[in-house]
Amino acid sequence: MSATSAEPAKGIHIKKKGIGSDSKRLAKQSTFARIMHRPESGAVSGLLFVYVFFLLFANGSGMFGADGMLNIFKVSAELGILAVSVSLLMIAGEFDLSVGSMIALSGLMIGVGVTKLGLSLPVAVMMAFVLSLLIGAFNGYLVVRTKLPSFIVTLATMFILRGVAVAVTRLLTGKTQISYVVNEFNQDSWVVSIFSGHLFGGLFQYLAEHGVITMRPDGLASVPGIPVSILWWVLVTALATWVLLRTRLGNWIFATGGDANAARNMGVPVDKVKILLFMFSALMATLFATVQVLESGSADTMRGIQKEFEAIIAAVIGGCLLTGGYGSAVGSLFGALIFGTVQVGMFYTGIDTDWFKVFLGLMVLMAVLFNDYIRKMATSSR
Amino acid sequence: MVPVIELANVRKTFGSVVALQGVSFDVCPGEVHCLLGDNGAGKSTLIKVLSGVHQPSAGTIRIDGKDILFKSPRDAYQAGVATVFQDLAMLPLMSISRNFFLGREPTKGRGLLRRFDARHADQVTREEMVRIGIDIRDPGQAVGTLSGGERQGLAIARATYFGAKVLILDEPTSALGVHQASMVLKYIAKARNDGIGVVFITHNINHAYPIGDRFTLLNRGTNHGTYRKSDISREEILRVMAGGEDLDTLVETPGVVV
Repeated sequence: MSATSAEPAKGIHIKKKGIGSDSKRLAKQSTFARIMHRPESGAVSGLLFVYVFFLLFANGSGMFGADGMLNIFKVSAELGILAVSVSLLMIAGEFDLSVGSMIALSGLMIGVGVTKLGLSLPVAVMMAFVLSLLIGAFNGYLVVRTKLPSFIVTLATMFILRGVAVAVTRLLTGKTQISYVVNEFNQDSWVVSIFSGHLFGGLFQYLAEHGVITMRPDGLASVPGIPVSILWWVLVTALATWVLLRTRLGNWIFATGGDANAARNMGVPVDKVKILLFMFSALMATLFATVQVLESGSADTMRGIQKEFEAIIAAVIGGCLLTGGYGSAVGSLFGALIFGTVQVGMFYTGIDTDWFKVFLGLMVLMAVLFNDYIRKMATSSR
Repeated sequence: MVPVIELANVRKTFGSVVALQGVSFDVCPGEVHCLLGDNGAGKSTLIKVLSGVHQPSAGTIRIDGKDILFKSPRDAYQAGVATVFQDLAMLPLMSISRNFFLGREPTKGRGLLRRFDARHADQVTREEMVRIGIDIRDPGQAVGTLSGGERQGLAIARATYFGAKVLILDEPTSALGVHQASMVLKYIAKARNDGIGVVFITHNINHAYPIGDRFTLLNRGTNHGTYRKSDISREEILRVMAGGEDLDTLVETPGVVV
């Protein structure tokens, strides 16, 4: 038995709590702690780690030359364009597994438009964008109406879209690949330059002539300029970040993923937000496809395979919670950059690229654990 | 004084189940009206009728003396009836000010540049929270970092800021500790002083009695009377809530003192 007082209880002395709120007894958070509590802090530290690693093991291999760096940015940019839309969708609590198939389908729409329907390249690209918006809206509508998990709904559309892409292409062309989408008649079109051109070509040539970057034997710079896809990546990420942090829609995206019911009770048009974001992810898949088709000149039914998972990986590394309601758009940029750096870096260091997937899997595990920890820190009663 | 909201002879049935039978209930501006009853007494049904979730099967609802029909919670909200449900409609991972303005975000700029006015939101949130007696360090901190009592305070401050005339609080103290619960009672007193009619639903007489001006006792879907605080004792309320006899039986159990 615990010690029981023999005296009647009277006027027990206790320390008074602060008036009104408990928050007064708390010290002000340090700037460092504030930064560490941002959702993208994990991705930034991961990126630093990756660069330190490759600076130690791949320095002098050409990875950090203009050529290698542009390769890294190009790989990252294409994935980053997808990852940013997937991030927004994940913050709103949904997945889109159909983006990979959407890439193939959009590319083939452009290919069929140019080679079979005789459309001009700008019109074919425009058609792909419009149709992808419709397909995205359909995905969103299906999720909202059936109230099924989007994981299942888009798993279904992932197969449907891929199947349609293969079947229709073979029906129309007899093959699964469409070549000469970009040909001698349209290769000078403005669409080619805004989706697959290079920026600052003159500057890079100047740098090469003055020995800052390397030159090829034929007298041209080793890199023709900065691929436009990188500009698209940065633009789209900046726009998404602005929307997420500085607009009403951004607030609604967080609320939709945090607790759709609570958001609905406060008057947030949850269903519209979701449909809009599915349209955005389909649109970004088409942007990805357009860049790829105009760069390679051909469309293929096998394009975009596994891209949906790579995009989710980049989003998770970027700080998005799988359960929604928390995350960052700019984080996906860092996530994609880690992805691109490691992929290209392995090539330069001579590590067998078979290990790349092992590394990815480990990264995802680490990122998920880290995100979970950050979320607990952010919501613990401090 | 004209009640700000009034239910007259309200009956609500779900199929063959009678949830409410001839219940009349009203709240005046600047008063706390406690709705007391044990589990299954019909408290939840009554607040759902008040907040527009359910429509009464019979009887009328009046706002400021005029008959009205709430087709949805939105109608009720527009008429100035704000309900703070137990889940509070809060997003723990979002900041205090973003929660405060959720669905009603202030904006600045036009057209494509129309954006969330974060500075204004932070400022208003801080002011309103101080007004209700919560000194928040940073309106940008996540709601998850607030205590349960502070979250109730935020929900009350939010409802009053957006022009509620009637504030319906569903068990606001039930999951809270002693200190936190007394804080919430203080927020309720603040809202009352602002001239808001407060409906306070609880089954804890120790929370209801100190703050309540009037008490309505529900039992098995019927109203067992509405009393001013001066006309009823704490013990009497407890006896009615417990169904009259249950406590007496408990007294007869050896070793139990009520």
